Amino acid sequence: MNTWLLILGMLAITFVIRYSFFAWPDLRFPRAIEQGLHYVPVAVLTAIVVPGMLLPDGQWALSWNNAYLLAGLLAIAIAAVSRNLLATIAGGLLSFFALRWALGQLPI
Amino acid sequence: MSRSQEFVHGCRDILPLILGAIPFGIIFGTLAVGAGLSGWQTMGMSALVFAGSAQFIAITLITGGVGAAVVLLTTFVVNLRHALYSAALQPFVRHLPGRWRVPLAFWLTDEAFAVVQNRYARDDASPYKHWYFLGAALTMYLNWQLSTLVGVAFGQAVPDIARWGLDFAMIATFIGIAVPMMRTRPQVASAVVAGGVALLTWELPYKLGLIAAALAGIVIGVWLERRAEAAARLQGAL
Repeated sequence: MNTWLLILGMLAITFVIRYSFFAWPDLRFPRAIEQGLHYVPVAVLTAIVVPGMLLPDGQWALSWNNAYLLAGLLAIAIAAVSRNLLATIAGGLLSFFALRWALGQLPI
Repeated sequence: MSRSQEFVHGCRDILPLILGAIPFGIIFGTLAVGAGLSGWQTMGMSALVFAGSAQFIAITLITGGVGAAVVLLTTFVVNLRHALYSAALQPFVRHLPGRWRVPLAFWLTDEAFAVVQNRYARDDASPYKHWYFLGAALTMYLNWQLSTLVGVAFGQAVPDIARWGLDFAMIATFIGIAVPMMRTRPQVASAVVAGGVALLTWELPYKLGLIAAALAGIVIGVWLERRAEAAARLQGAL
């Protein structure tokens, strides 16, 4: 597979999606599609996050040793309460690496 | 506020989100080189595609040896959420000439959207809010190139960097963006269904599970929203 062609393909697809509504200021979609668009970010982001927390290495890890799951749950709680991005990202990352360290999972 | 003040405020307000993008860019650069891309190809992907989660998933797919069509289809699905961002910001950029709209669209990421949407929502009549957009977007872009470069240059030299779990930065960032969006019952249901289907379809090849999960979440959200609307109409009629 030609990697540069693939990169250009990804560029074209990503740009067309991002430019879609900016390109035609008067473009309107049918109502069902506009309604559907409202759910795209939450659905896609959740579909990436949930397996990332529960299957971090591609297999089920429903255990207290799973820092992805514990720190992820903590980040969700911080986000729900504070609705603050910096608090969520900083709190999530700090607790994640603290847990990894405490569980002896950091290769240092 | 003047143009330059708007620009600087945009740069400043996106800084928290950069915190999540730095580790993610580093691990992307590291893994892309590990997957067999050259340094130039890795930098090229970050410079031209500029979509962290799609780039990350593309690298996973390339490592798995799938065809280009699958990578492109997955890119489409993973990035489709940007159509919503494009639609949501359209009323604020429609008056701008193409030389503004094209680059702003190219730089439209989850992070830029989260920050810029807040700026446009403030009801001061500043005519230079697109300079704020530009500042936030450019800061995000520069940071993404630099973090990727760090990963390309040093990633392979740090033993076991792939096992540090730097990819958690993406998870924390996406949680920070998605959870505050879940304000209505259909939104929460959409998230629960998308997450559940993603787990059930995990075994499917080519990240098809992600597509299935996203579609299921969207359909449930729209269905519940319409049902609530119909119930409200019925009440109004009584």
